[in-house]
Amino acid sequence: MSRSDLPALTIADLQSLLRRKEVSPREVLESLRARIESVEPKIDAYLSIDFKAALKEAEKANVDLPLGGVPIAVKDIINVAGQPCTCGSKILGNYRSPYDATVIEKLRAAGAIPFGKTNMDEFAMGSSTENSSIKVTRNPWDLSRVPGGSSGGSAAAVAADTAIAGIGTDTGGSIRQPASLCGIVGLKPSYGRVSRFGLTAFASSLDQVGPLTKTVRDAAMIMSAMAGHDRHDSTSLPDPVPDYTKNLGRDLKGIKLGVPKEYRVEGIDPRVSSAVNAAIKQLESLGAEIVHLSLPHTDHGIAVYYFLATAEASANLARFDGVRYGHHAKDPKDLLDHYGRTREQGFGAEVKRRIILGTYVLSSGYYDAYYIRAQKVRELIRGDFVKAFEKVDAIVSPTSPVPAFKLGERTADPLAMYLADIFTATGNLAGICGISVPCGFAKVNGSQLPIGLQILAKSLNEARIFQIAHAYEQSTDWHKQRPKL
Amino acid sequence: MATKTDLDVGYVAKLARLNLSDEETRLFQKQLADVLKYAEKLSKVDVSHVEAAAHAVPMFNVFREDEPCDWLTAEEALSNAPHKANQLFLVTKVVE
Repeated sequence: MSRSDLPALTIADLQSLLRRKEVSPREVLESLRARIESVEPKIDAYLSIDFKAALKEAEKANVDLPLGGVPIAVKDIINVAGQPCTCGSKILGNYRSPYDATVIEKLRAAGAIPFGKTNMDEFAMGSSTENSSIKVTRNPWDLSRVPGGSSGGSAAAVAADTAIAGIGTDTGGSIRQPASLCGIVGLKPSYGRVSRFGLTAFASSLDQVGPLTKTVRDAAMIMSAMAGHDRHDSTSLPDPVPDYTKNLGRDLKGIKLGVPKEYRVEGIDPRVSSAVNAAIKQLESLGAEIVHLSLPHTDHGIAVYYFLATAEASANLARFDGVRYGHHAKDPKDLLDHYGRTREQGFGAEVKRRIILGTYVLSSGYYDAYYIRAQKVRELIRGDFVKAFEKVDAIVSPTSPVPAFKLGERTADPLAMYLADIFTATGNLAGICGISVPCGFAKVNGSQLPIGLQILAKSLNEARIFQIAHAYEQSTDWHKQRPKL
Repeated sequence: MATKTDLDVGYVAKLARLNLSDEETRLFQKQLADVLKYAEKLSKVDVSHVEAAAHAVPMFNVFREDEPCDWLTAEEALSNAPHKANQLFLVTKVVE
């Protein structure tokens, strides 16, 4: 194998080369650097890269550890000690993280090397990465299209082979949707499965950290290292973490998969429907039983999501006040002027829009009508899933109603952008886990645009999701196709 | 306004300590009216029998032992501060 082929490898394949001493962690990083130098100018997935620090790590890497010597790209909303953490925003200025997030500590303990920070929608608010205040990331399959978002940088880097694997965050679909649009695997873990300590909070009742990878096995390997209780995060669950790779390779006999009738909605691209229907047939031929069912409150998901997520964001983003870190307005005449101008100058349009909406739904006189009502409907949505999972092991659907759209196509219409999350946001509201795996391509004007299949399972059933997704993936070759760059 | 919402973006921006330009105020007024109109359907859902939940996992009053451990030093905590003195953050004057 040529050194230049290393960046295209999966974690699992890279690991066996490393363990047989056929390559060294340093050579892996050097090959990745060469790949990034040639391809990154077309994609713009990264906001910062620190090869010097990474090479130091590589020199002492223990390749016998679960992720030993594997370089990992990290969404720029997760703190990595000594590195910038922009959250895709101007308001953080020249901030450098004084500490590692718990997920980074855990990845390091498993031998992984975080080497670069990836682009994202500002504070993870968006579905195209176009809300980044720093740069525009392009979809490796078609450079005129978005990579999805908000974890668009990590997704594009993995798809472009400028990363072996990436870490993202998912509040309403921000791992699964870009994974779908870039033709890779992305997992949103169950609420509480992965620590959020060191993750800049967007919507605290919804945010989760998860992997973006080339294969289901790689996602399972990262989750085995990253999941688990953290004394620094009171919402993290104490349940033991299984070896998520253990169920891989088990067949689907006896597995029941639900197909919700509410997911056949208007506005879904026919090429997405037909790819997902074919995937469902494929799962059936692998031994799964298909069960048609109903999630009656699905249609309210986006409305509930935008009230709750913006309410929580308006509170979480109050910490950006220009006092302890980040951008601050010059020569304020008083404290209100300091806050008002610091935030005006530092936040981009979508963040401002959401702070306004969130502040409004929490304000006196509207709190009950909007915020509390949304919380109640959220309970109904969660109840739909609880009932469904009494009958089935998992639910299958498209991840995104459309393949990658054109850069600029939706930026003028926030509501159209919000509807990109119709199949994913309810999973966050219910606290369950979900994955997106490649399930086909749409041919659009000469481009091949990836399509993703979403598989949802009840809370803490990641192992089941990996089993089903892996069985499907191994029976197809969608995941082996790479964009021509 | 097109909908029955009485969202006043200028007023809410003051609550949020967020200055907006006139153009942003006008644009958000229209765009958020569309979002609120879309979300009107929530008012038709029967929630009379439902209790509000803050998040999806029933977890309450999480306690742990108060164990001292090494953490950021004052220098590290202040490392990103725009203005600091005597190991403290400097804040714009609050009292006259």
